[in-house]
Amino acid sequence: MANIVLKAENISKQYRLGQLGTGTISHDINRWWHKARGKEDPYLKLGDSNDRSVAGGSQYVWSLKDINFEVKQGEVVGIIGKNGAGKSTLLKVLSQVTTPTTGEVKIKGRIAALLEVGTGFHPDLSGRENIFLNGAILGMTKAEIKSKLEEIVDFSGIAKYLDTPVKRYSSGMMVRLGFAIAAHLEPEILIVDEVLAVGDAEFQKKCLGKMKDVSSQGRTVLFVSHNMAAVKSLCDRGILLINGKLDFDGTQTDAVDRYHFMHINSNGIEHHGPVFEAIGNDSIRIMRLNILPRKGETLSVFSGIDIVVNFYNSLIGKNIDVTIEVETFDNVVVFHNGTIVTENNDSDQGIYFLKFGLPEKFLNAGKYLLSITFGENQRHVLYHQKEIISFEVYPEASGSNSSVLPGIIIPTFNTEKSFKKN
Amino acid sequence: MSNQVNSNEDWDLIVKPHSRWYDLQLKEIFRYKDLLFLFVRRDFIAVYKQTILGPIWFFIQPVITAITFTIIFGNLAKIPTDGLPQILFYMCGITLWNYFSDTLIKTSDTFASNAHIFGKVYFPRMIMPLSVIVSNLIKLGVQFLLFLVIWIYFLLRSDQVHPNIMILLVPFLIILIGFMGLSFGIIISSLTTKYRDLKFLISFGVQLMMYASPIVYPLSIVPEKYKWIILANPVTSIIETFKYAFLGAGIFSWTYLAYSLCFTVLLFFAGLIVFNKVEKSFMDTV
Repeated sequence: MANIVLKAENISKQYRLGQLGTGTISHDINRWWHKARGKEDPYLKLGDSNDRSVAGGSQYVWSLKDINFEVKQGEVVGIIGKNGAGKSTLLKVLSQVTTPTTGEVKIKGRIAALLEVGTGFHPDLSGRENIFLNGAILGMTKAEIKSKLEEIVDFSGIAKYLDTPVKRYSSGMMVRLGFAIAAHLEPEILIVDEVLAVGDAEFQKKCLGKMKDVSSQGRTVLFVSHNMAAVKSLCDRGILLINGKLDFDGTQTDAVDRYHFMHINSNGIEHHGPVFEAIGNDSIRIMRLNILPRKGETLSVFSGIDIVVNFYNSLIGKNIDVTIEVETFDNVVVFHNGTIVTENNDSDQGIYFLKFGLPEKFLNAGKYLLSITFGENQRHVLYHQKEIISFEVYPEASGSNSSVLPGIIIPTFNTEKSFKKN
Repeated sequence: MSNQVNSNEDWDLIVKPHSRWYDLQLKEIFRYKDLLFLFVRRDFIAVYKQTILGPIWFFIQPVITAITFTIIFGNLAKIPTDGLPQILFYMCGITLWNYFSDTLIKTSDTFASNAHIFGKVYFPRMIMPLSVIVSNLIKLGVQFLLFLVIWIYFLLRSDQVHPNIMILLVPFLIILIGFMGLSFGIIISSLTTKYRDLKFLISFGVQLMMYASPIVYPLSIVPEKYKWIILANPVTSIIETFKYAFLGAGIFSWTYLAYSLCFTVLLFFAGLIVFNKVEKSFMDTV
């Protein structure tokens, strides 16, 4: 049985909302007075769960609430959740940047956190000087950095600019240098926050490769990301946070699927009430978006799929077009195609009703995400919403034969058969 | 099963809501000693990058201050200097005072000015103020050299200067005043993370403190009625001893020096307590 190298026990983190100001001191005094009499902190009892969209009554909020988990040596754990679910707070607690309000984290071995690349870079110092400074901030000794200097420079690809102050670097070079330093840290536990979202595609690939190397060397990695494909391919375990609570802890595939289902409206969108409250912007408001089976009750391989889009348009005399994009949960795009709604600069204010019909035996069984883009003259984006709803296509309407064939599409062939007897 | 085994094992690190106040983290600080010196280096290089005169500014600052003092306090206000050459008298006070005030002012915004780093990476936060004390020590070294040059000049050219055995106390005085500046600094820094009011008092307070120390005037001309105020200032005896050791003028007293020492030790521990308390959670309030 592998060693447990990190253990989070009941960690919770409370934040105070709003401004710190003159009102704060009375709370502090009250808190101190309760403590002095040996009573419980009066403000720890308060606090809404962390749902940012709903204004709560309390001034205190629990960013994390009773998080428990263990990480074994060599595991690569992906931490996912939508913005504000508490991912970053959790990483901050794990990396000792801030303390939990209650609970404990126990750690075995050296831990290094990469919440940002290039922390502490000084613009006036040269690349070389910054490598040493940043490396030391991340916990390396001078000797360690010296021995890896060449590798770091190679990896970052900035050899030519090594003695130039970093303020003359492009932002891309800065990021590359920052990541190169971090990638050569050799802690037993590495915590990484979404730093891979930077740099060009080639460099991102390099970073992902480096992360794989790190995990294959038997080191433990905690990885926070919105890139579900990266989580799926890199991690072997997933933790899903929802509103500061641990919602799911299991395989990375299950966690990602659950994330999509929890956070993306799988029932479609139907808006009743005033137009200006519907999803969209001043130009376009989505009144209805549904994925419906053409035949029967269930979306299935054989049912045919209708994508119904009703939208309110406020622009007069334009060419409006609508594009839909369907992708798998692994972010593989199945198709990206659209239609022109008004062709002769004759759009008018009102609701347009559209239906995109997909043939039967086209999408294979599986879970899909739908993105939608409204455009003008097929050139300007009026409104774009990525991954607005998700849907699942079942293998068969009845569900009696539920074997799923591999592949994303399952096309009907024009088969030609012949036979020649020998 | 394995859980039970593991729960009994030793953890290298336990992150808890509260830590013990006396936890100095000396081991941690030692592990990050390279970082301390890199910060010192950074401060040193960064300050004088893109200047023409570079480190010469270290000399210019105290010289101009001493000249200003000579003109205003010496010649216009005609404040006596215990019969010593004016420029030497002022340089003597300024050298040590600058170390104190620079350390205090720079450490007093440890948390506020490093929030962007502290918010992203963990390392013992004490490294930052310690690096300030060290980099200011280098600056002090340069200015001290300048003072020595002037001192030797007057030592050879006049008989007003009488150095004595108390010169051996100088390293101790420097450490003492450095830690006093650090202690004041980290206390202010810790208190200003949540309530920034104190920040407005710093530059004003430091200036006030300078006038409450025997820098532009000798202790001997202070009227008996107000002397206790000046003596209550823990910096007074350190600067007075420093002057006495090099110039042979002024008042030397073991009692006052002991008072400064006790004051510094108590202040340092008070500073440690608040610093340790604040460093755990300041990210949420800064």
